[in-house]
Amino acid sequence: MEGERRASQARSSGLPAGGADGDSPGGSAPFPGSSGSSALLQAEVLDLEEDEDDLEVFSKDASLMDMNSFSPMMPTSPLSMINQIKFEDEPDLKDLFITVDEPESHVTTIETFITYRIITKTSRGEFDSSEFEVRRRYQDFLWLKGKLEEAHPTLIIPPLPEKFIVKGMVERFNDDFIETRRKALHKFLNRIADHPTLTFNEDFKIFLTAQAWELSSHKKQGPGLLSRMGQTVRAVASSMRGVKNRPEEFMEMNNFIELFSQKINLIDKISQRIYKEEREYFDEMKEYGPIHILWSASEEDLVDTLKDVASCIDRCCKATEKRMSGLSEALLPVVHEYVLYSEMLMGVMKRRDQIQAELDSKVEALTYKKTDTDLLPEEIGKLEDKMECANNALKADWERWKQNMQNDIKLAFTDMAEENIHYYEQCLATWESFLTSQTNLHLEETSEDKP
Amino acid sequence: MEQAPPDPERQLQPAPLEPLGCPDAGLGAAVGKEAAGAGEEDSGVDTMTHNNFWLKKIEISVSEAEKRTGRNAMNMQETYTAYLIETRSVEHTDGQSVLTDSLWRRYSEFELLRNYLLVYYPHIVVPPLPEKRAEFVWHKLSADNMDPDFVERRRIGLENFLLRIASHPILCRDKIFYLFLTQEGNWKETVNETGFQLKADSRLKALNATFRVKNPDKRFTDLKHYSDELQSVISHLLRVRARVADRLYGVYKVHGNYGRVFSEWSAIEKEMGDGLQSAGHHMDVYASSIDDILEDEEHYADQLKEYLFYAEALRAVCRKHELMQYDLEMAAQDLASKKQQCEELATGTVRTFSLKGMTTKLFGQETPEQREARIKVLEEQINEGEQQLKSKNLEGREFVKNAWADIERFKEQKNRDLKEALISYAVMQISMCKKGIQVWTNAKECFSKM
Repeated sequence: MEGERRASQARSSGLPAGGADGDSPGGSAPFPGSSGSSALLQAEVLDLEEDEDDLEVFSKDASLMDMNSFSPMMPTSPLSMINQIKFEDEPDLKDLFITVDEPESHVTTIETFITYRIITKTSRGEFDSSEFEVRRRYQDFLWLKGKLEEAHPTLIIPPLPEKFIVKGMVERFNDDFIETRRKALHKFLNRIADHPTLTFNEDFKIFLTAQAWELSSHKKQGPGLLSRMGQTVRAVASSMRGVKNRPEEFMEMNNFIELFSQKINLIDKISQRIYKEEREYFDEMKEYGPIHILWSASEEDLVDTLKDVASCIDRCCKATEKRMSGLSEALLPVVHEYVLYSEMLMGVMKRRDQIQAELDSKVEALTYKKTDTDLLPEEIGKLEDKMECANNALKADWERWKQNMQNDIKLAFTDMAEENIHYYEQCLATWESFLTSQTNLHLEETSEDKP
Repeated sequence: MEQAPPDPERQLQPAPLEPLGCPDAGLGAAVGKEAAGAGEEDSGVDTMTHNNFWLKKIEISVSEAEKRTGRNAMNMQETYTAYLIETRSVEHTDGQSVLTDSLWRRYSEFELLRNYLLVYYPHIVVPPLPEKRAEFVWHKLSADNMDPDFVERRRIGLENFLLRIASHPILCRDKIFYLFLTQEGNWKETVNETGFQLKADSRLKALNATFRVKNPDKRFTDLKHYSDELQSVISHLLRVRARVADRLYGVYKVHGNYGRVFSEWSAIEKEMGDGLQSAGHHMDVYASSIDDILEDEEHYADQLKEYLFYAEALRAVCRKHELMQYDLEMAAQDLASKKQQCEELATGTVRTFSLKGMTTKLFGQETPEQREARIKVLEEQINEGEQQLKSKNLEGREFVKNAWADIERFKEQKNRDLKEALISYAVMQISMCKKGIQVWTNAKECFSKM
């Protein structure tokens, strides 16, 4: 445990050192992949260090400050246990544990919304405490995602669950929807926590620890609406110019992303459809068993056989219900997350292309001496650095993402296969025991007939 | 057929429609004995040999079905299916079978045979035919009569029908049935010549009897209720089963889509590619396995359907009893009223209303001679009536006895068959589960290798 504390302190001490890119609003790039790397902070967060008083955080509930907090390797929920196993690139240095639970409805005169409780347990030094509990609503998550994308435009930020699902929504806040969203939000935060760079993002830290009013005031301090709009306009403009010199590896990456997106969307649809068909099958099966009971009422000699058949059917029915819930817990959320990831990836590619487009246009301007070219070489130099960092960041993160994707998909489908095997095994056992009992009965009867 | 039936005259006629407990003692005895058991006992009647001949020495199969076109009664072109019926006689000694007869029949001829049997054996629960049109269809299954799967299932159903008749102790001895299997041409004419259609009870008469009969045998009333329940519950079961089959089909088939997508996806994946591709193949196998599974289940549904239709056969026997009982009650009532009339005429009191009494009042009393004449006529009628009542009574009792014997036989058969069907359903489920385990185990292996 001591070793872990040292490791996290080493990381936190590495934080201020890399201020080289402080003037560029979006540019922060860690060295690829290694866990001991230094992470660079955004300009906004550096500004906030002056307001340390505001950031004094305290646990909402003092009773959480118990002995448990000194053992960061104890995950607080089964789900985070699973997350720990899944993220194979962070096996032994996990020092940030997050759970999302307890959705609560809040009604104001203007609107109704849901907040989720977020509990964070950590052993990191840069956190003022080892446990935090806050409440956040979906808007807050959106804000966090936006900040992360801003700070790391070419990193693969985990996807958020959709704002709303148009198809099949009866009311905005039905229980299934809330539960699905809660799980997805939990996944979202844990994925960030496990990302070697994003985990040290200051906005992330504030999100996990700040009280509601602190968060609101922090939010207001971001780049103004106008500057953000300006960025968007520039982005659109540059993307319309098109990317002529996308390097080969990024061409490949782009092709992969396009195809992957197609396929994962199809798989999502197929999986949803399977769930629907299984549900309808279950609904019909529920009616099937009882008819045999009804029949047994008018057949004296077949009563037992019919009743046994009915109970077999009912047991198979329960097994199919279990199979369905397995599908919806293991496969559907994973596939859906990767659908959202594929959209995310396309966004990342675009942002990378934008940086490239900006660079290319400046180079073009220099070549053809269109405008005042005095400052251009310096600007181009900076942009080239920026491009290189962005490309490297993406490449590294891409490898990491692919690895994760393969593991996740493999696990999800293996689970689905396992569920199906289990289902068929249960049904098999049920019918086999019925058959045995019938044969035994027959043997009994024939032996009774013998003199 | 090498052996000529011992009593050609008697064999040529179907079982007579007159009271069964009647003059033809030999036939009656044979009927009684056969109805009681599997026909193994020796009643000493020649027909028993004939019976054994039917039960033990022949095999009947409906071996083929063929589409034909021809002209129907209105000289219009029509397409129909003809079925090949083959009869083999099994040699005693070596068990080899020799084809003795083979002819083609269409569904309508089977119907004709059955209608004939219904008229001439009203005390027997006559085996039903397979359905004329496909019902309880789940939507992927065709409802078209020309569909090869439907034709195949019907072929099996028709064979089953013939085998049921051949193994029935009484029906198997029927000449028309024998001719159905052996005489291709002219059979329809022969059946019609028996005039059975004329002898059939009118539906209206039967309906009338059902409502008006006062003292039917309680066992038949109970049997009627049972057959109603049986029909209702089996219909319900078949309907739900069809829906379940539909849904199951959906679940399996959607998995087939995985196969295609995995295969396309594997093209862009270096490490995962092989695993995805082979897993996709297993998804295809899974999806296509449902076709055979549901085809088998259709046979199970057919077994249940047979008993659904048997319910109607049971009701037919009940209806016949009600008709006979009603007839008896009417005859008794008529006799009673005639007796009373006679008595009144003899004693001179008029208690009952009669036209004669009315006219007497209006036009004056009749002469003693006239009255005597009338009494005489009535007495004759009463005599005749008493004879008829006696024979109707006998007929009725014989009917009940024989019918109930066949119903007991039917009950045993039904219990055996339904139990067997339910067990075969379990066997089918087991087979389906085993296939499922295999496919998914293979798929899981592929996934884990990705």
